[in-house]
Amino acid sequence: MKKSLILFTLIVLIGIPAIAQYNYSNEAGLVTYGEAKLYSQAADGRQTGFRFPALPYTYNGLQPVIDSLTVAIHYNRHHRAYFDKFIAAVKGTPLETQPIEQIFANISQQPATIRNNGGGYYNHFLYWENMQVMQGASPTGDLAAAINKKFGSLDALRDQFGNAAKGLFGSGWAWLILNKDKELEVTTTPNQDNPLMDVAAVRGIPLLALDVWEHAYYLNYQNKRADYVDAFWKIINWDEVGRRYVEAMKKN
Amino acid sequence: MLFISNLNYNTKMSYQFPELPYSYDALEPYIDRATMEIHFSKHHKTYFDKFVAAIKDTGFDGKSLDEIIRNAGKLPVAVRNNGGGFFNHSLFWEILSPRGGGDPVGKLADSVKKQFGSYEEFRNRFTDAAINRFGSGWAWLSVKPDGSLCICSSPNQDNPMMDVADCQGIPILGLDVWEHAYYLKYQNRRPEYVSAFWNVVNWEKANANFEEVLSKL
Repeated sequence: MKKSLILFTLIVLIGIPAIAQYNYSNEAGLVTYGEAKLYSQAADGRQTGFRFPALPYTYNGLQPVIDSLTVAIHYNRHHRAYFDKFIAAVKGTPLETQPIEQIFANISQQPATIRNNGGGYYNHFLYWENMQVMQGASPTGDLAAAINKKFGSLDALRDQFGNAAKGLFGSGWAWLILNKDKELEVTTTPNQDNPLMDVAAVRGIPLLALDVWEHAYYLNYQNKRADYVDAFWKIINWDEVGRRYVEAMKKN
Repeated sequence: MLFISNLNYNTKMSYQFPELPYSYDALEPYIDRATMEIHFSKHHKTYFDKFVAAIKDTGFDGKSLDEIIRNAGKLPVAVRNNGGGFFNHSLFWEILSPRGGGDPVGKLADSVKKQFGSYEEFRNRFTDAAINRFGSGWAWLSVKPDGSLCICSSPNQDNPMMDVADCQGIPILGLDVWEHAYYLKYQNRRPEYVSAFWNVVNWEKANANFEEVLSKL
């Protein structure tokens, strides 16, 4: 009991700097949005490298759906290790200054360490950003209309997405994507692959990402992945998913 | 050969969920009680239950688990995944022991030394296989058709006996590196779990597995 109190205090304390870091200005002093958070830029806007993005809430911000210890380890250890290994792998190569989508589009040409760690770096970024502290939000605007058109209702999307996430065997991700026909689609990828990769069975632009590696939920849910998947639905940041949808619709 | 009751060859065999050969806390501090309990009574049991359901109406219901595993690529993916999970965990519990650790014994010790140079070198190579398996899977020590030993890893619940495996052989020692095997105690520190594993390896059983495979070659 005493041990868990100390642990909790520790988590709260190390969580505070995460708020202080919530400042996405780049080196030129401009506030950046979306994927720009991944890149360090020179004053002229040139990409100079990759950054480890700040967590958009404190470690306990997603409780009780995701416990603070899970968020702390997931972000500081797992996500950080993917980032560090990816940076080590691209250092001094032309990939260092390429947009990450471009790297993924030719990932079959790259060694496994870039696929695995680059995927881990990017996928977790999407995941953190598409969750939020507030519970019970819903899609709005163009995204809401597209969901109704494609799936019939938000509940139908929830069921299809949930079944995909629960049914994926082993470690991987569940996705809502915009496919090449500009339609919404639910898919999954193994390990740290994602739908931007040329190796993905179903390709498209990721709009919503759900990590179903056991490390994402095991401390709180153990073997009950289904409970984690169902609870995740309450903390989706639909504004961010909607923003990605609008951006994706603009791309060719 | 394993995990199946075949007292009467005239009737179809039924599959048996094995008993854990020690208590949940027996492998402490290397593998904690909560992990053992959930791993055995939830994960392993679920694979077993889903395997029993999936094998029905495949034409393989009642055949030995070995034969099913050997034909995994020809069967529905639910058989491959859950049959693999049933088989792999059944082997895993057997090659762990609270009185484990130390050095390999018997013929296996001789083969390990002959093939890898030393137990330490073998352990380094097996450890690399276990640590470098990306995502969920297993590390294996297997026997190839020529009787030699082979270290490899497989994804998810595959194993070297499956027709779909990259590395073919009969597994005699396996290490589960799914996160569920170690996350409650070790979280992201898989190398620490792999290092702890050597303290509870049942070398008597691994050697018995080795001799049994050799006797059938």
